[in-house]
Amino acid sequence: MKEFKGRVLIPGECSAQALVSHGGFNTLASYQTSFLTGDKKATCSDQNNPDIYKKPMAGVALCLPQTIGSTTGGMILFTAADSGRQPACMLFSKPIDSIGAAGVLLADIWTDAKMPTIDSLGDEFLDYVKTGMNITVKEGGVVQITE
Amino acid sequence: MMRLTTEQQEILDGKKGETYAKIMETLVRYGELFGAEEMAEVTGQYGHLVTSFGLQVIDPVYKLMDELISAGVVSKQKFTMDPRPLDKNVPSGPIKDLVFYKFMYSEQKRYEKQLSKLGLKSSDAFSCACYFEEQGNRPKKGDILSWAESSAVVYANSVLGARCNRNSGIIELFGSILGCVPKFGLLTDEGRKATWRIEVKTSKLPSAQVLGSAIGMKVMEDVPYVFGLDEFLGDKLTPEVCTYLKNFGAATASNGAVGLYHIDKLTPEATELGTKLITDDARTYIIDDAEIKRVIDSYPIIWKNPDAKPKMCFIGCPHLSKTELLGWIHDIYEGVKENGLRTTTVPTVLTSAPGVIESIKGCKEESMAEEIGLTISYICPLMYCDNPLVHSMPIITNSNKLRTYTSCRFYEDDQILDIITGKGRK
Repeated sequence: MKEFKGRVLIPGECSAQALVSHGGFNTLASYQTSFLTGDKKATCSDQNNPDIYKKPMAGVALCLPQTIGSTTGGMILFTAADSGRQPACMLFSKPIDSIGAAGVLLADIWTDAKMPTIDSLGDEFLDYVKTGMNITVKEGGVVQITE
Repeated sequence: MMRLTTEQQEILDGKKGETYAKIMETLVRYGELFGAEEMAEVTGQYGHLVTSFGLQVIDPVYKLMDELISAGVVSKQKFTMDPRPLDKNVPSGPIKDLVFYKFMYSEQKRYEKQLSKLGLKSSDAFSCACYFEEQGNRPKKGDILSWAESSAVVYANSVLGARCNRNSGIIELFGSILGCVPKFGLLTDEGRKATWRIEVKTSKLPSAQVLGSAIGMKVMEDVPYVFGLDEFLGDKLTPEVCTYLKNFGAATASNGAVGLYHIDKLTPEATELGTKLITDDARTYIIDDAEIKRVIDSYPIIWKNPDAKPKMCFIGCPHLSKTELLGWIHDIYEGVKENGLRTTTVPTVLTSAPGVIESIKGCKEESMAEEIGLTISYICPLMYCDNPLVHSMPIITNSNKLRTYTSCRFYEDDQILDIITGKGRK
């Protein structure tokens, strides 16, 4: 087991399998097709992100550097959360970006969804974690990873 | 903790009701994540909202709007919107029409009614390029804005010298409602400094769409300071240069997350402050012809049949400026005629702002466009292309933003022109 510690943005605890995006997570591009097709697994539709393209995003521990792309991103995350298609948690290796921050806050304040969010976990976190690894998020910004 | 004014604190404490308190809580917590110590007053005349589409599946947004309206919330400033997703002038078909109007965008009218109640500027205030003179939402240098729409924010910051963070949809509405935004990032002098030196060393002016894409993918959300473009663009913000920068910025913002760029000797802050805008530890990215080619070659082609004949072409994402719209009409018209054709070889849609389209009504270019079968529309091409019915359709575009979010295939301007005017076709 390896442990990392970051800044708590949205508190909470959870366990889920990791889905790792080494490049910026384009929220609109990732969610748009699943929104249109009603896909509850939220299969990623971002053709430019081979790490997560065609992989389900609902209920995973989404590990990412930051979000990128359209400024609809926060609204998209809010909608995903309100309709139960959000990741179990979001784990940012870098300090969170403004669009990602809007999304996790809108989900926290304006929906009943729980999506613990931690940022500033560091580059080593993103280098280490692999898709499919088991993630446990503890209080205080602690992220435990087991293979 | 953020210092709030008495009025802001009272709103947070619920004096204006629970809904206003939640709006303020959202902005306060948002600001605190970025170390904001206070709110900045919104000084731009109008807001700009990114979520312009009445997509059935974003029902949570309409529920939120209903919650705001029923709580008596009204925006302190009027706002413009991104483009509408539908236009009956754009070629489609009975099945697409059924899906578009009855299913996908079935909430469009309901949503526009909600927007009108909250503060929509006017019924034709729908364009991603709200800052065009013809659209009437053009901020002044130094204005503090509560905008979203990545291409509009990066243009307002970089070319107009206004100050706006890359706000998300909904957050930008909250800023317009309260008349204040958390002061951090691109609202501060420090946040507007460049952490990347970009050296353009190409043999000719690179495509704005590809140069922006390359820089966006490299710097992500950082601020780049670009050297070498003045050699090609000069040192004046002419309409042509502004058009180039519009397309360049949109690509930096959609292929990365750039909210502000400086162009040496050209954009307002670079002209005033020059290299003082660059931090001491800035990294360097050199772009030459080989790098431009590498970036273009990296774009995936996701058509099922890469050799398919294009069935449609979209030009104008972001919306075309007047200069650009007229230029495309002339170029396409002349190409079609030179190649002995009556119409374009591919149904082509030029998208622009309602105000720009209105401004060319009755001009000869309107007749030229009609003669060769061009469609001129205020639609958002991204919204048109972004659905399962269109995903399998081979559509071409000169927009890197459209390429990023849809299955559209990207070509540079001259290639697009050759394709749609049948150059070299027997």
